[in-house]
Amino acid sequence: MFFQQVINGLSVGGIYALMAVGYSLIYSLLNFTNFAHSITVTIGAFATFYFLAEVFQNIYAGILFAIVVAGILAMLIQILGYSVLLKKNAQRIYLLITGLGISTMCDNLVIIAFTSRFRVYPANFSTKAINVFGATVGTIDLIILAVSAVALIIVQLFIKKSRAGLAIRGASFSLETASIMGINTQKLILIVFLIAGALAGLAGALLGAKYTAYPALGSNMANKAFISSVVGGLGSITGAVIGALILGIGEVLISGYVSSAMRDIFSYTLLVIILFVKPSGLMGVDTGERA
Amino acid sequence: MLEYWLGVATLTGIYMIAVLGMSILTGFTGLFSVGHAGFMAIGAYTSALLTKTYGIPIVFGIIFAMAAALLVGLLIGYPTLKLKGDYFVIATLGIGQATKLIIENLTDITGGARGLTGIPEGSSFLTVLIIVLVVIWILSNFLRSKQGRNCVAVREDELAAASIGTKVASYKLLAMGISCALCGLSGALLAHYMQYLSPSMFSIVKSDELVMTVILGGTGSLTGSVIASLVLIPLPEVLRFGAIQEWRMVFYGLLVVLVIIFKPSGLMGNKEISIAGIRQIFKNIGLKLKHEKAK
Repeated sequence: MFFQQVINGLSVGGIYALMAVGYSLIYSLLNFTNFAHSITVTIGAFATFYFLAEVFQNIYAGILFAIVVAGILAMLIQILGYSVLLKKNAQRIYLLITGLGISTMCDNLVIIAFTSRFRVYPANFSTKAINVFGATVGTIDLIILAVSAVALIIVQLFIKKSRAGLAIRGASFSLETASIMGINTQKLILIVFLIAGALAGLAGALLGAKYTAYPALGSNMANKAFISSVVGGLGSITGAVIGALILGIGEVLISGYVSSAMRDIFSYTLLVIILFVKPSGLMGVDTGERA
Repeated sequence: MLEYWLGVATLTGIYMIAVLGMSILTGFTGLFSVGHAGFMAIGAYTSALLTKTYGIPIVFGIIFAMAAALLVGLLIGYPTLKLKGDYFVIATLGIGQATKLIIENLTDITGGARGLTGIPEGSSFLTVLIIVLVVIWILSNFLRSKQGRNCVAVREDELAAASIGTKVASYKLLAMGISCALCGLSGALLAHYMQYLSPSMFSIVKSDELVMTVILGGTGSLTGSVIASLVLIPLPEVLRFGAIQEWRMVFYGLLVVLVIIFKPSGLMGNKEISIAGIRQIFKNIGLKLKHEKAK
């Protein structure tokens, strides 16, 4: 029972991690929280659903389609929404408000376009349970865990090994200095939004497989991911992953052993407690304003 | 029919108090919150439960409501407002959601998601109108005081304000306190007007609407907030057909993005309309006319 819960928690945590890394990447580079992140998650789930329903009934192809669509959407959000403000070097509060505006607009457009119905994927992962070390574990949880892990490792390798990754790491110390050193920061920001969007799309597709697709999916889940990235420390990618796994396992254990009503209270209380005890999170870097 | 519109006007006044509070926080001090509906909920449930269960007079219920919202606001603001970065925003998200979830789950006390009924009636159109006017008067005086100007200085340039000796964190905390107390007041009035409360009245969407109303009105103008409240709050009452509510939110979102990109100071910018100002305008026109005649 316990082992099964932990696997379930890791699979939930894995999905949270996919979204939390997006928050962290953008925060580390641009010092603001992308409130429009949640919409890419919702669109990921709906893109998968419509791909499966209309085009081709293969869940993996659906996921790939979701990644592409959400990645493009995230870049569009940067180009149409944030880029003007970033070029003007606007105050951070304006970026937050723009994000809020975009997410309010898109969330409601999604409700208008797709209605608030819950949609089950016509093709999904196998629902069979398999026996691991004497515990019955859902195949879907294991696959989600594996897919999330692979995606996170790819992103980590990209950031640690590639030239663009090096540029991202450099720019996260100081975007201005990076730009003086001849790095095309506009392109870099776009790459970061693409990565964040692609990961969010993947997360959305997996969430849709696990919980069905509905318009509030993104905002419900992205809030959890946001909490994870704060618990782990804003701007730290490793922190975001650790925070997500803690939150995922914690939530599953709470709903398994206490009550499912307490699950969300646990998450938000954890957030408030972390802000009281160690606001910079487990692995946070304090990114203060520099004169 | 008249009664219906009087009801709409009363609700507009009640929400306007919360918007004015947010105007001090977001508009004048430059802090962003996505959880102030939570403070409205704290105020609403505090006053409702105290007056309903213990039978204390509504006036004291409302005072306790403001105190409760203020206390929670300061508790959450104190550790996070000293930090750079988005920690304060996150804290408001946490407190907003946690409040709603706790109310939903304390079924024995708050009635849970089914709601709380039988709250003593208290707020009429007249009382709300008087309270709104008093709040506007106090706030406009506050903004002209040293403290008010310091809040604006913090919004304009934190570093510069700090370098001339302004205690940035304390002024942020002051703005947070004012906004929370006003949200508590607004919540309590709502409770005694509706005589019914449910947690869904204080969702994150409500918090977002409060912020967006302030942004659209103008981030440095009480008049802007008042006008935006007068236009935007009754809107859902006027538009009551089909999927229009979703379109309304789409429109809000789009409008906010456009305003931020093209005119970040909002509708009114930092201009105010006051009686003295209007008199000045008339005087100027009079002078101009005299001038023309003299020619």
